[in-house]
Amino acid sequence: MNIINIIEEIEKVDGEIYERLSPRRSAMKDFFNMGKKISLAAMPLALGSMFQKAYGQSTPTAVTDVLNFALALEYLEYHFYNHALVAAPTLTIPAGAPTAAITTIRNHELAHVNLLKGALGGSARAEITYAMTDFTAGGLFPLVYSDYLTFLKVALGFEDTGVRAYKGQATILKGNAVLTTALQIHSVEARHASHIRQMLAANGATGLKPWISLGPGGIANDTGVSAVDAVYVRENNDVQAGVTITGIATGVTKAAAVECFDETLTKAEVVNIANLFLRTGFKL
Amino acid sequence: MKNLQEQNAPELLQEEKSVFNSPLERRSFLQFAGAGAAGIALMAAGCKKDRGNDPMVSGGVTLDFKNDIGVLNYAYALEQLEAAFYIQVASNPPSSFSAAEKAYFQDIQFHEIAHREFLKKVLSTSAIGSLDVDFSSINFADRTSVLNTAKAFEDLGVAAYNGAGVRLTTDAYITVAGQIVSVEARHAAYIRDIISNGSFADLTTLTALGASDTNGLDGALTPDKVLGIAKTYVKTQINVINL
Repeated sequence: MNIINIIEEIEKVDGEIYERLSPRRSAMKDFFNMGKKISLAAMPLALGSMFQKAYGQSTPTAVTDVLNFALALEYLEYHFYNHALVAAPTLTIPAGAPTAAITTIRNHELAHVNLLKGALGGSARAEITYAMTDFTAGGLFPLVYSDYLTFLKVALGFEDTGVRAYKGQATILKGNAVLTTALQIHSVEARHASHIRQMLAANGATGLKPWISLGPGGIANDTGVSAVDAVYVRENNDVQAGVTITGIATGVTKAAAVECFDETLTKAEVVNIANLFLRTGFKL
Repeated sequence: MKNLQEQNAPELLQEEKSVFNSPLERRSFLQFAGAGAAGIALMAAGCKKDRGNDPMVSGGVTLDFKNDIGVLNYAYALEQLEAAFYIQVASNPPSSFSAAEKAYFQDIQFHEIAHREFLKKVLSTSAIGSLDVDFSSINFADRTSVLNTAKAFEDLGVAAYNGAGVRLTTDAYITVAGQIVSVEARHAAYIRDIISNGSFADLTTLTALGASDTNGLDGALTPDKVLGIAKTYVKTQINVINL
């Protein structure tokens, strides 16, 4: 991890970052020197405490709430993939590209967990452990850890939910450097969703595109899995900021109009979806 | 030059309107006060505009980042570039493209056209003119050249939206920018997977765009950096002020 790079990245959107971090440049130098000595594993924590100092006192509760909400979703995603890779003997993810892809995604979700935990510092929500989850969703997906296709379908539900969830919270982070980080996570989730869609298409989900298209008969859910309808509500919308996209130019069909804008989910909608995968007593 | 004539008048109107009507926000004041050279350039541009004859923009278009109009015009410029590229690919794809690849590049073409037209409509009379593109570095008959250019455009587009989101002040525009960027990311992942399956989110290759693999973060770049990369493909001079 190159911490200097991260701070430089923030400097691009927040020219006052160095002043926020410390009004005295010498203190910054001390931090960088310390950075060389502490282990990589401890870095997110150290980063977190630094940003806590920089932004912490003025971090509105609403922003902390968004980050904790995101953290909960990232815990869920991480456990979903991690369990599939390390503790689901009846699930066969084909060796080679499929296992590599799921590993890549698992690693990103873990990185997101660590980043958000670090950024939240003492304000971070309680950890969600695997034992608190139920990825069969109370029996809705009984084969999630024994049938590869079911696993991929649930994975897609998670990724498309994640994409829509981050987008739904973006306005709360308006003008805050945290928005940039949230957007950087958000587009990684979209890349994951695109790939899982391709994995499903390669395994018999004919016509499933890398982007969310119009479902059969004009419905919002294009996956053919009705159990995940809640993930795709309003995805057949073709009016953006008051502008009708269908027919906005020659060749822009309703399907193209639906595909070219992903929709948002409200926090309540995301909580309902997430709670399907959390055991009683641990729901959001 | 024709484009320029079309966009000068509304831009002047915009400039005047905002000077008289917009409160000077703290953030933009700090940017103005802090950016010495940019500030002087801006003042120079302002003075020249008063005379109604502005050599500062005579070579192209100006993106004025003092407000959301500038940010949306920036997105509009990038979408113009992407749409122009995909129109050319979709109308005459490399011979080795499969039927599925041809169909998906058609899809992407219409997505980018829709983004372009949407932004143009939202910007209305404040929209910059049409950009002249320069695709002389791309071999449209060559699969590798087309795919690598598509990948570069999509990854850059994602980094551009990610870096610009924080500049937006209108809720509806923040949401719409988020709605577009995730589709660009889906494109990027698809094109990357065609080039090399599994590279959909290889963040280690995106550090130059601001990505961090360790933190699972995609690219995010400021407009000046994005435009510095994109200018290879644009003939029209793009001036940036108030950044």
